[in-house]
Amino acid sequence: MNVIRHQDAFSTSTRYRRGELHEFEAGGNDFIYLVAAGAIFALDEAARTVLANIADEGVEHGALVAALCNQGHQRQDAEDLIRELLLVQGIVTDAPAARQFSSPEAPPTDFPLQALVLNITSQCNLACTYCYEFGSDKIATPQGKPKFMTLQTAKTSVDFLLEQSAARKAVHLTFFGGETLMNFRLLRDVVLYAENQAQQSGKAVTFSLTTNATLLNDEIIDFLSDHHVGVTVSMDGPPDLQNKHRVFKNGKGSYDVIEPRLRKLIDRHKSRAITARVTLTDGVTDVVRIFRHLKDDLGFHEVGFAPVTSSEKQDYSISDPDMNAVLRGFHDLADEWLDYALRGQMHGFSNVSETIGELTQGVNKSHPCGAGLGLLGVSPSGDLSPCHRFTDADSHTLGNINSGIDAEKRGDFLARGHIGTKYDCQTCWARPLCAGGCHHEAFVRYGDTGHANLHYCDWIREWTDTCLKIYGVLAIQKPEFLERFAERKPMT
Amino acid sequence: MKHLKPLNRKARRIDDLVASTDEDFVALQQTTPPPRPHVPMGCTLSFSPGWEVDAGGGTAGLCQPVERDIYDCYVTCFWPVQVPDHVNYSPDWASNCASATKDWRNLDIVFP
Repeated sequence: MNVIRHQDAFSTSTRYRRGELHEFEAGGNDFIYLVAAGAIFALDEAARTVLANIADEGVEHGALVAALCNQGHQRQDAEDLIRELLLVQGIVTDAPAARQFSSPEAPPTDFPLQALVLNITSQCNLACTYCYEFGSDKIATPQGKPKFMTLQTAKTSVDFLLEQSAARKAVHLTFFGGETLMNFRLLRDVVLYAENQAQQSGKAVTFSLTTNATLLNDEIIDFLSDHHVGVTVSMDGPPDLQNKHRVFKNGKGSYDVIEPRLRKLIDRHKSRAITARVTLTDGVTDVVRIFRHLKDDLGFHEVGFAPVTSSEKQDYSISDPDMNAVLRGFHDLADEWLDYALRGQMHGFSNVSETIGELTQGVNKSHPCGAGLGLLGVSPSGDLSPCHRFTDADSHTLGNINSGIDAEKRGDFLARGHIGTKYDCQTCWARPLCAGGCHHEAFVRYGDTGHANLHYCDWIREWTDTCLKIYGVLAIQKPEFLERFAERKPMT
Repeated sequence: MKHLKPLNRKARRIDDLVASTDEDFVALQQTTPPPRPHVPMGCTLSFSPGWEVDAGGGTAGLCQPVERDIYDCYVTCFWPVQVPDHVNYSPDWASNCASATKDWRNLDIVFP
């Protein structure tokens, strides 16, 4: 909450500095992104002039008014303009109250649960070389634990979710693996059970699953469509790229197996969007070609990209030059996204859509994501974890589905992950959206979930700036398009 | 706001907040919280020892003006009842009663 303080009279010696903001220009207009709030304002020429007039060492009230009057503004108008900028903290005074550091408050400790990710099996029929669950950077310790979730554990999880969701009207179940469909029978029973339980408690429940698509068949597809289960397919692109890392245990590529199944899935499953989720690795960086193939050739509705999670030295890690190529590709797709949006059409590049959704709300995150807050992962044994990426990792167990959440461990996890504890983030203007980045990635890279992901800061800032510019253009030229994102829920 | 145009939900909330304070001219002129009324607006609306409780602090023998001196009538009330005379005989009658809600027991009967 921003506290607005009125100053009755500005002494001519009051010295102003630039507030914490990111200025950007798009479509011939000027904008500011206010970091302490996550708010976006369009500036008129006069407001832009004020910000331009404030040098690094600041400027005194009298001098600023005089400069504005010299540029043709009435004195009263100049005073009003300065007051407006002060009220939104676009400029700040040196008064101690105005320099208070503001960090988003920690969410309440009884934050109601919104989603569970059920790892219904830790088994997989592929052996993707970069897998965070089985690869060399794995943190899971699955030895001696069940590999498949039992129906009882799954049902307990559903009850747990409904009970812990407090006053929420809708909850969400995500199925994950391993390869999720290796335990389809359980998935089916859980969906039916959850629908029944949700109805009895007067709540809505929605479902989604992530799969490698190798096991899809007509029966499964029809079930997923009938029960509105959103499907995300982990997939890396056309055959040469897909088969590079996404291989069976004998080393054979998986493209030929999944291609006909995907076409059938996209053809028959009409109740929810079908999304592809691409992992970018060494040599798999041609995002435009991948996007074309997945969107135009195969027909996915949305395609999202993320660089592989890895410690510093893995042969599949993306090199810096490759990362620049990725960013260039992202910019090309972002330009396309804007062109589509200006015509009132959805483009399907998730990386833009997600950020635009958050900018529409003006999120100012205390934590990078909902892990440990509104979202928890459940391992096949029923152990709770911050999210699916920590499944079966003894180091990050947050309790068990039967005994409940371990409040102390969760408190520790959330305290570490809070943006206020990430020193490096305090001077970064992109922190309202990034909040330091993925907890899991931070742990793999730095050994601490609360460490800021410093290896992609430049990249995040550049990407956030790109999305802000898209937002700015749309807010001026096609504001009604942004209203489509108004209904999207914030992450936490 | 004239020079800044809010573009997202958070910005609109800030704008609303600014607008609501801008239109509140009384609030804008106030530098300290407004003083609370010192004079109760009628004895039936306020805590007015002498009317609500009897000498024992209970309600059994609830008061008549003649049975107990009336704090609220002292100084402020225009109605001529038998109250301590703050001008001539009992200028210090309420001096031990800084806060009526806490110190009302210190208000004693006056024996002229």
